[in-house]
Amino acid sequence: MTEVWPLWEVFIRARSGLEHKHAGSVHATDARMALEHARDLYTRRDEGVSIWVVPSKEITASDPAEAEALFEPARDKVYRHPTFYQIPDEVKTL
Amino acid sequence: MSAARLAYVLRLADTNLILAQQLGALVGHAPSIEEDLGLANTALDVLGQARLLLSYAGELEGLGRDEDQLAFVRDPADYLNLALAEQPNGDFAHTIVRQFLIDAWQRELYEELQRSQDERLAAIAAKALKETRFHLRYSSGWVVRLGDGTPDSHGRMCAALDALWPFTAELFDADAVDQAMIDEAVAPDPALIAPRWRARVQAVLSEATLPMPEPARFGWYGKRGQHNEHFGHVLAELQFMQRAYPGARW
Repeated sequence: MTEVWPLWEVFIRARSGLEHKHAGSVHATDARMALEHARDLYTRRDEGVSIWVVPSKEITASDPAEAEALFEPARDKVYRHPTFYQIPDEVKTL
Repeated sequence: MSAARLAYVLRLADTNLILAQQLGALVGHAPSIEEDLGLANTALDVLGQARLLLSYAGELEGLGRDEDQLAFVRDPADYLNLALAEQPNGDFAHTIVRQFLIDAWQRELYEELQRSQDERLAAIAAKALKETRFHLRYSSGWVVRLGDGTPDSHGRMCAALDALWPFTAELFDADAVDQAMIDEAVAPDPALIAPRWRARVQAVLSEATLPMPEPARFGWYGKRGQHNEHFGHVLAELQFMQRAYPGARW
């Protein structure tokens, strides 16, 4: 392989009802190949029931240099955590 | 014991065994690490099918031979795989075309074999069909991608199709073993499978802008134990350990 194939980010849903979680990335020339590679790499031990693949270049990431401005203001606002709710035992995946 | 049934099961088993061996030889050599895993996954699936079928063949034979003995210590003429499966890996186009032609055949065969009067075969076919659907999806994707790719990839796919097509005659050329299995409602009539296989192959080839070769006239009968010069090399690697160290386990 002389030129490197584009990178795709892979998201796997472990069980119905759960969200897709980032699992890793694969190289592929097109979406179909990316899905097949993701299936082969990330669900070979029965890890998932659904796969999303997204071209890595389509993801816009926050700049680590801006981390202070973006995230520190939230750090002292503990009142935003809904800690005073009682969570029923039956709710498993909140 | 029915000799025809044993031969029929060995044909299915050996086709998978030899294909698994060929695909396994590509591990570490595929065009990318992802393809490496893709081919290895397919190899493991067909090896799994081979193991189930060889175990069953051993029981049908009734000589106390298990899957390992059948896989590793038979002589070349006792292997009944389709000649298509033993064709060399060649370039990636050859590997993919071989895989695609076999996947499309197994896809239609297993679909029917699920309804076999032989419950053991029906159960194996039902399991294998799910795997085969993915194999076909994978190989079809590559056939289209390479056929409808660059002039170089298109040319290589045409060459691979021309080289491998003659070995497809065997898939549908029913002989006495096939006829006995049809009569016992163990296996579907290859004449039923052939048009479905052709339609499926035609659809993918036309999407891939690849010409459909003319029906092959000359049959090659790997399924009767007639193998070509490549087969000795395949078997030498497959059998080396058990020939050199009989009964070795690890």
